[in-house]
This record gives sequence, C-alpha cells and structure tokens, in this order.
Amino acid sequence: MRRIISMLLENEPGALSRVVGLFSQRGYNIETLTVAPTNDRTLSRLTLTTSGSDRVIEQITKQLNKLIEVVKLVDLTEGAHVERELLLVKLKATGAQRAEIKRTADIFRGQIVDVTSAVYTVQLTGTSDKLDAFIESVGDASILEVVRTGVSGMARGDKILAL
Amino acid sequence: MELLSGAEMLIRSLKDEGVDTIFGYPGGAVLHIYDALFQQSDITHVLVRHEQAASHMADGYSRSTGRPGVCLATSGPGATNTVTGIATAYMDSIPLVVITGQVQSDWIGDDAFQETDILGVTRPIVKHSFMVTRPEDIPEIVKKAFYIATTGRPGPVLIDVPKDLTSPTESFEYHYPAKVKMRSYSVVTRGHTGQIKKAVELLVSAKRPVIYAGGGVVQGNGAELLTQVVRELGAPCTNTLMGLGGFPGTDKQYVGMLGMHGTYEANMVMHHADVVLAVGARFDDRVTNHVEKFCSGAKIIHIDVDPASISKNIAVDVPIVGAVDLVLKEMLEQVRKTDLVADKDARNEWWKQIDAWRGFHGLRYETNDNGLLKPQQVIESLYKATGGDAIVCSDVGQHQMFAAQYYAFDKPRRWINSGGLGTMGFGLPAAMGCLVGQPDQTVVTVTGEGSIQMCIQELSTCLQYNLPVKIICLNNQALGMVKQWQDMVYQGRHSSSTYEESLPDFVKLTEAYGHVGMKVEKAADLDAAMEECFSLKDRLVFMDITVDPLEHVYPMQIKEGSMRDMWLSKTERT
Ligand SMILES: Cc1ncc(C[n+]2csc(CCOP(=O)(O)OP(=O)(O)O)c2C)c(N)n1
Ligand SMILES: [Mg+2]
Repeated sequence: MRRIISMLLENEPGALSRVVGLFSQRGYNIETLTVAPTNDRTLSRLTLTTSGSDRVIEQITKQLNKLIEVVKLVDLTEGAHVERELLLVKLKATGAQRAEIKRTADIFRGQIVDVTSAVYTVQLTGTSDKLDAFIESVGDASILEVVRTGVSGMARGDKILAL
Repeated sequence: MELLSGAEMLIRSLKDEGVDTIFGYPGGAVLHIYDALFQQSDITHVLVRHEQAASHMADGYSRSTGRPGVCLATSGPGATNTVTGIATAYMDSIPLVVITGQVQSDWIGDDAFQETDILGVTRPIVKHSFMVTRPEDIPEIVKKAFYIATTGRPGPVLIDVPKDLTSPTESFEYHYPAKVKMRSYSVVTRGHTGQIKKAVELLVSAKRPVIYAGGGVVQGNGAELLTQVVRELGAPCTNTLMGLGGFPGTDKQYVGMLGMHGTYEANMVMHHADVVLAVGARFDDRVTNHVEKFCSGAKIIHIDVDPASISKNIAVDVPIVGAVDLVLKEMLEQVRKTDLVADKDARNEWWKQIDAWRGFHGLRYETNDNGLLKPQQVIESLYKATGGDAIVCSDVGQHQMFAAQYYAFDKPRRWINSGGLGTMGFGLPAAMGCLVGQPDQTVVTVTGEGSIQMCIQELSTCLQYNLPVKIICLNNQALGMVKQWQDMVYQGRHSSSTYEESLPDFVKLTEAYGHVGMKVEKAADLDAAMEECFSLKDRLVFMDITVDPLEHVYPMQIKEGSMRDMWLSKTERT
C-alpha cells in the first residue's frame, strides 16, 4: 500500500543522505521525496511516499526513527490528512489545441503560467491522482516536459508534527 | 579556562571521557593528533601493523571490558582499512569510536591526495558519524559520539577530522561538556510493565517454555539477571553464537547453542516449545532456519532494546522494548510475586523429553585410531588446560563452530567472535584488544590456518607491546567451512578452498616474529603441548595443530527446513 511518511529532520549536512541511503541499503523504494527547511531553520520537513506490506512499512518507520537526525516522524496515511503535489507541464499549443488545453486546464483548476506562440506551461496542484489524471487527459502526444514536486502533506485537524 | 589546539582538545576530550587506550596508525592527515598524543601520558597508543587490526582490537577491547573501544587512522587508505572492523562491530552492536583524519577542509571534494569520503563509505555500517567543521566543536562531538556509541543498541560512531582543524597554530577555550542534549536521540530504558506482566503469565503457564538468549544479554550486562530468571522459571535455556556465556554453559538448565550449528537438543527444544522468550536476540537467519517454519507452535515474547529488531524477521506476540537488564529485573520481581503456578506434570514431561534428546546427543564425533586429531578434541583439551575460564576469541570457519560447541562458557564476555559479519582475520587482533584491556587474563584465539593469515602481521605488534596471546590454530589445510559446503552442496568440487602445499611453516614464522611456535601432529602429544603452551605465561605461543581435514561441523540445519531439520553426521539426518 502507498504510504506518505513525513518527518522533521535536523537541517544538517548529511542528514538527507542518511535517509535516502537507508532506503537503498535496505531495499526499500522511494516514489517521491520532497524536503525544505521549516520556519525553524534548524529543522527540515521531509515527506516521502513509498509502498510496501505493513511489515515493510513498520520496518521503514522504525529504521527511520533510529536515524539520529530524524527528530519526529509520522505516517500520514494512518489518519485523515491533506496531501498536495504541484505539477508544471509544458504542452504543445498550436491551432485548435490552444483552446482544448485551456479548457482541460480549467476543468482541473490548473493555471496557464507561461505562454509562447507554440507552448503553454500549465501549473496544477492537487493529489497525485489528480495530476496523473490531468497528464492522462492531455495525452503524451502534446506533452513536452513534466516536472512534479512530489507529495507534501499534513494531518487534518488539531494534530501537528512539531517539537 | 585552558587554551588548546584542535588536536589537543581531541586527545583531552578522550581522556576526559575515560579513554585509556587508542589503537591506531599514523599518516599525514593525523600528524597533528599524533603530536598531541606524544606530548601527554594519560592515554596509551597501540601502534598496529594494519588499520583493520586497529578496529578489531578496539572491538575486542570493548567486548571483553564492556567499555567503548577507540581507534585512530589517517585519511584515505588508513580510513578505508578500518571499514571491515567497523562493519564487524556494527553487526554485533559493539560500541566503538573511530577517529579518522581527513584532508584539510578547503581541499575536500577536490580528489586531494589521500582523500576518501569516509563518511559516505561507512554510512551504512555506523550508528552515526560526524564531520568536524569547527575545531571548537570537537569536545561536544566527542561527548556525543561516546554517548551514541554506548547507549541504546550500541554501535560504532565515526568522527572525521580535517587536518587543518587540528592545527597547533590555533587555540581554543577547552571545556568538556558534562552532559549531552540531543532532541532527536532518546534511549529507551524500562520496559512496559503491562507487557512484562503478559510475558510472565505466558511463561509461567507454559507447558513447554524455552529461553533463547543472544548477544544483547552479554552487551546489555544482563547475564546475572537472566540466570536468575531462567532458574526461577525452571525452563531450559539456549544461547546464540553471540550470547554464549550469557547463561552458564555448564548449568543443568542449559541445552547448548541453537541454530545452524546448534546442538540437537537446543534445536529440538526450540521447535517443540509452546512459549519462547527471546532476550537480546534478533532471530538471525543462522538461528531460525526457514522463517515460516520457525517455532510454528509457539507464542513468542521478545525483549530487545532496539524496536526495529522486534518483528523484523519473525512476528512476535509480546514485544517488550527496553534495556535487557532493566526488563529482566522487573520480570524477575514479577515472576517471584505471581500467583500463577506452573503445571508440574507438563513441566516434568517437558524435562523428560529434553533429557531424552540430550541422551541422543547431537554433539558427538568419532576419534581417529591413527592418531590424527579431530578438531573437537583440541577444543576439549583447551577447555581442560584453561579450566574453562579463559577469554576465548575466534576467527571464522569450522574452528569457530567447534570452539562454540565444545568450550562451555560460564561467564559473559569470555567468548568473543564475529558472529554477525563473520569476519576472518578478527580473532588475533580481537584477542590483543582483550589483553590490552585485561592484561591479567588468559586470552586465547582459536583460529584456522586460513583466517590467521588475514591479520598475521599483528604478531609484530604483540612483540612490541608484550601481548602473550595463545593462538590455537586448527590446521586442516583448507578453508574448511567452504570445503564442507562444497562437499555437501557441490558434490565435493573443492573450488579454491585448498592451498596446494603453499602454507607457510607457522612455527618458523612465529619464531621470526620473536615468539614461540609449537607444532602438534599426534593426538598423544596434544594435552602435554597444551599444558606447556599455557605454562609459558609471558610468551605468545602459536600452536599449529594438524587436524583431520575431512571433518565436518555437525549438527547442521538443513536449508529451508525448520529448527529440527538437521544433519547429525555425514550420513544421518533427523
Ligand atoms: C574475510 C572473509 N572472507 C571470506 C569468508 C568466507 N569464509 C567463511 S569460513 C571460510 C574458511 C575459513 O578457513 P579457516 O580459517 O582455515 O577455518 P576452517 O573453516 O578451516 O576451520 C571462508 C573463506 C569470510 N568469512 N571472511
Ligand atoms: Mg582451515
């Protein structure tokens, strides 16, 4: 099952490589990864998605918790949560395609953030599924370039991941 | 406040941490540190002949004394030579602090002379590591390194120190912190009382209980408490290869080592148990045989300081995370207080069955009538000559298994071997580390003619520091364990497991290093030679003992089987 694991990490050189290294050492797989400092500059928030059996996920979280630089960790998929990913996609946009892309972007509540005579750059946020659906509906033929941030997320409600 | 250079702060911090010995080898990047070492007398430095040995010596020192071991190497090749020792310590959860020199800070990343990203190389085999970026951080980093290495599940910690940060030209105010604060590292101590209660209920009401204890009992100083718990419960106890001595090997409740080369009775007891209490053991693949067939009829209780060890290989019914000694202490109190009573008949039945298995006796071997020694005889003779009370280190191979099977360890920290990584070459330097830490003890290393050659250069170090290790070399003229597998799995095709008459004359070699060499070829000579070896108290003695090259280690569990599926000899199986 797909899981979103989010953690507070000491904002120190080498910390990220220990997290990433752990996955390759132990044969776990990282699907997406996003990391940036928080309002507290000594801490980074790192969110990753991975998948595996319950046993594997339990091992992943336990092993991550053992890393000295991991301060706190939560498996967001264990409860209600908000997840978002941002997509930028460059699309061929000439002739009739221009209106079609605009319409599709509107349906998905995307924005066209850059325009040339032949290219639209569309920005879209949402769950990974929604971004997948958008990519599917515009079709590979018109896609020039795709960049996705990977999943970020938080628990819903009063639950917070902080010191 | 004193003003010290980076190098001086490093050495002073070690002293303030209580370090008395460093095992190391100099080189460009650590010259400032060596100069600081030269100018003090609180810490002894042992100059090895190869940095791998420095890391194994620090490891042996730690395993035998219970204190962390420290080693020091220069950048590049010096640092990479310690890697095998670090990995060995990591697998067996041994607290080491490894200090490596690094090229000067502004050259890092330039492929400078003797530059290696040793933090990157060792990342998967350390508990944690530090790169020093400011000299004034050195005391705090050292404090943290020792704290991390020795607490929780222990392990090696590496500190990489760029040369410029140890320069004698700059001084800093020195202050060694009394305590460390780390928001991201907390150590579990007491176990959950409710879980311990559940465990006690299961154990007391069990019909066929067994206690399976591992290296965590030795490392976690829980042997005494374990012994009391086992006695109180009246259950049989088995130790892992790492746990030997955690429960007295001559006790009547002891059924021997379990696992791949465990005793017949230990593996039978495990297989038929209805409640298994695992203490400081990690259900290693050399213990469980096929995980899906492991103790299928048993409820499993697992005490471990590392939550990640619990339910990693085997799903457990009652997990207890905590320091082994504290959990056992609470368990003992609860066992003594409980109102539950054991089912006497069932327990009597269980012990009758165990005695029957013991009577069948899987640890047996046949002697040769032509005087050619069996390796098992050598270990029995060693046991006699040392009164069963030596510190016995070993290398890796058949000789290691014979030593584990035939030398009964009654105390913890007496059996020292590389169980997790299985590092050939560990035995001699580990024994040297033991002797440095405990010069009054009799320290033996049981080795093979293969393993001993992986760190044989340390015979020179032994002369320099007067380390009278007794080297018991079971010379079967082959990489015996490899050859055994080739016999059993590859129809006897001995691919690169023999040496074609190329072995050195070990007696002459030992003499060339300034020690005593002895050769034993006949069974009749063994005991007298062994006596003589141990009567030479202040000398290193290398006993080159010719043993039967055809001998295999049995019992041997059959791959993919359950605990009870074993070869008992070349022709009999369960
Ligand atoms: C560094 C290292 N290389 C290879 C091995 C694989 N290995 C395990 S046992 C063994 C043979 C050991 O030979 P020896 O020391 O003579 O012991 P014996 O089995 O003959 O008693 C080998 C090669 C190992 N454990 N460690
Ligand atoms: Mg051999």
